[in-house]
Amino acid sequence: MGTAAQYTLEENDDGRTVLRLAGPYLLSNLSQIDSELRKLDAEYDAVDLADVTEIDTVGAWFACQLARKNSVEVINASERAERLIDAVGDSDGDTPIDAPRLPLFQRVSESMGTKIFDAGYGVRNVVGFMGQVLLGFAALARHPRRFRYRALVSQVEKVGVNSLPIIGLMSFLIGIVIAQQGAVQLQAFGAESLTVNLVGRITLRELGVLMTAIMVAGRSGSAFAAQIGTMKLTEEIDAMRTIGIAPVEALVIPRILACVFMMVLLGFYASIMSIIGGAVIADLMLDIPFWTFLYRIQEVVPTYDLWVGLIKAPVFGLIIALSGCYQGMQVHGNSEEVGQRTTKAVVQAIFTVIVLDAFFAVFFTKVGWG
Amino acid sequence: MNRLVEEIFGDEKPERHERFRGKYPVRVRGLANSFGDQTIHKDLDLDVKRGEILGVVGGAGTGKSVLMRSIIGLQQPDAGQIEVFGQSMTDAEPDEALGVRNRWGVLFQGGALFSTLTVGENVEVPIKQFYPDLDPEVTHQIARYKVVMSGLPEEAANKYPSELSGGMRKRAGLARALALDPELLFLDEPTAGLDPIGASAFDQLTRSLKETLGLTVFLITHDLDTLHEICDRVAVLADNRVIAVDTVPNLMKLDHPWIQEYFNGPRGRAALTAQALDELRKHMDLPIAAATVKALDKSDEDEA
Repeated sequence: MGTAAQYTLEENDDGRTVLRLAGPYLLSNLSQIDSELRKLDAEYDAVDLADVTEIDTVGAWFACQLARKNSVEVINASERAERLIDAVGDSDGDTPIDAPRLPLFQRVSESMGTKIFDAGYGVRNVVGFMGQVLLGFAALARHPRRFRYRALVSQVEKVGVNSLPIIGLMSFLIGIVIAQQGAVQLQAFGAESLTVNLVGRITLRELGVLMTAIMVAGRSGSAFAAQIGTMKLTEEIDAMRTIGIAPVEALVIPRILACVFMMVLLGFYASIMSIIGGAVIADLMLDIPFWTFLYRIQEVVPTYDLWVGLIKAPVFGLIIALSGCYQGMQVHGNSEEVGQRTTKAVVQAIFTVIVLDAFFAVFFTKVGWG
Repeated sequence: MNRLVEEIFGDEKPERHERFRGKYPVRVRGLANSFGDQTIHKDLDLDVKRGEILGVVGGAGTGKSVLMRSIIGLQQPDAGQIEVFGQSMTDAEPDEALGVRNRWGVLFQGGALFSTLTVGENVEVPIKQFYPDLDPEVTHQIARYKVVMSGLPEEAANKYPSELSGGMRKRAGLARALALDPELLFLDEPTAGLDPIGASAFDQLTRSLKETLGLTVFLITHDLDTLHEICDRVAVLADNRVIAVDTVPNLMKLDHPWIQEYFNGPRGRAALTAQALDELRKHMDLPIAAATVKALDKSDEDEA
C-alpha cells in the first residue's frame, strides 16, 4: 500500500469487476493518479473504497466521478467517506466558473454602444452640474452670509500655498532647459542674445501657466475628485443634504474659487521662476549677466504677453476645479470607482486645458497680441 | 508534486496526508502583543481542542482579530509561543510555515475575495497555488463543488464578488477557505452584517461542515445566538488575556463583571430565551413544554 494512491481492477468471486482504490485519496496526492484513472477505459461494476486509508472531500468527489462515469455504486466506504460523499454528491453540474463572455463581434459593438451612451449621459450630467454650480453662486449672491470663508481659506492653502515649492522648482528647471536648449540652437545663427526673448515670451505667454495647470490638475484636481468621491461613498454628502447644507455651496464653490484665484497667482509665480531659471543659466553659460538678462526681459517682452498668461490662468483653474468636483460627485457604488473617477478628472482636466490653450493661442494672435 | 513543498523539504517531505491526531491543533502560550504604548495581549494562553467550535468573544479593542492574526502568522507577536498542528509558528522561518498553511482556511471579515476574479476562480487560487500539477478541468470541478458545498447556487461560481449580496460573499469566502480541505478553519465575525435568517443559516452551515469534514473551528463573533447555538466552548478575552474558556452555561456562573454584563444583559437573556424556546418547540408533544411555550408567547404579546 505505502503512501501513494493506487488502484487495481479485480474480478470478484461472483464475477463482478471491481475498481479497488487504495491508499490515501487526498487533494495533496490526487495529481499523481488523476490523469491515469481518468484515461482508464475499463468496465467495472463497483468502486471499492475498503482499502482507502485517508480521504477528504476531493477524494470523495473523485470516487463519485469514477462511479458516475460507469453509473455504478461506491461500496465499502468508511463512515467518514460516506459523509463526505453525501456532502459533495449534490454538485454534478457543468456551469463554467469563468465569467460569461459574449462573442467578439457582440462585445465590440456592445462596448462601442456603451461608450456612445456614456458620452451622451456625460454631456447631460456636465451641463447639469454646471447649472447646479451657477445656481449655487446665485444663491450665495443672495445670501452672502452662507458663504464658507473658512473652507475657502483652507482650500487656498492646500491648492496654492502648499504647492509653491514644487511649482517653483519645476518652473525654475523648465526655465533652465528652455534657455540652455534655445541657446544651443540660436548660437548657430549667432543670435544667443535672443535667448532672453525666447525665455521671457514663452514662459509668460504659454509654459508658465500651462505647466502650472498640469501640476495643479495632478495635485489638486485629483484630490478634489478623491475627497468628494469618498465623501459620497461614506454618505457624508447625503448627511449634509439632510441637515440642509447644499453640497455645491459647501464643497464645490470654495474649491472652484480657490482654484481660480490660485491659478492666477501660481501661473504668474511660475513664469517669474522660469525667467529666473533662464537668467541663472544665461549667466553661467552665455556670459549674459543675471541682472542684464532681467533688464532685457523688460525691453523685449511686451506687456500683453503677461496679460495673455493671466487671462488664461483663471479659465484653466475653473476647468480643473470643475472636472475634479464633477467627477467626485459622480462617484457611486464602490471604492474602485473613486480611483477611476480620479484618473478621469485629471485626464479630462489636462486634455481640456491643452485644447483650450490652442484656441487661446490662435485667438490672441488674431487680436494682435501675437 | 508541489514544487514549493519539494524545494523546502527536499526528500524529507512530511507525510502530508496524515491528519493531525493530537489533542490541541492550536496552542498559545504567553502571547504578548502591543501597538506602541498600547498593550493588546499579555501572558495570553489558549488551547483549541481538536474537533470543537471555539467561540472567541471580547469587548471592542480586546484584540480578538489580533489574536487570530497572530495565530495565522500575519502578525509577529512581541513574545510568546504559538503552535499550530504541533509546529511552532513563532520560531518557524516564513517558508517553513508553508506546510501548515495548506491545512487551514481563513474567512476574513469582509470575505476578502479577489475582486477581479469570479467566485469559482477565487476558490481555485489556493488549489492552483499548492497543487499546480492538477489538471485544470479537475480544479474547475473541485471549485464548483466547493461553491455548492458552501450553500451557494451553482450559478454563483461564474459571478464576480461585486455581483453578490453580503451574505453570499461570506459564503464565497467560506468556499475559498475550504478549498484545500483544511483541518482548521478560522472565521472572523462570519455573521456580522447578515440578517437574522442569513446569520442563522450560516451558523447551521458552519456546524454541519464541521461535523461532515471533521473541522476544528476558531470563531470570532459578537453574535450571542451563534455562541449559544453552535459553539462548543467560548473563550473570553478581557484584561489583555483570555480570562475564561468554557461552555456558555458555565461561563454565565462566573463572577466577572464583563462576562455577567455580556451574557446576562438584556440581549444575552433574549438569546438564551430564544434558544430555550427553540428547544421546547422540538418537544411540543410533551404537555409541559406546550404549556410553557404558550405562556411565554402570551407574555410576549402582552408586552407588545
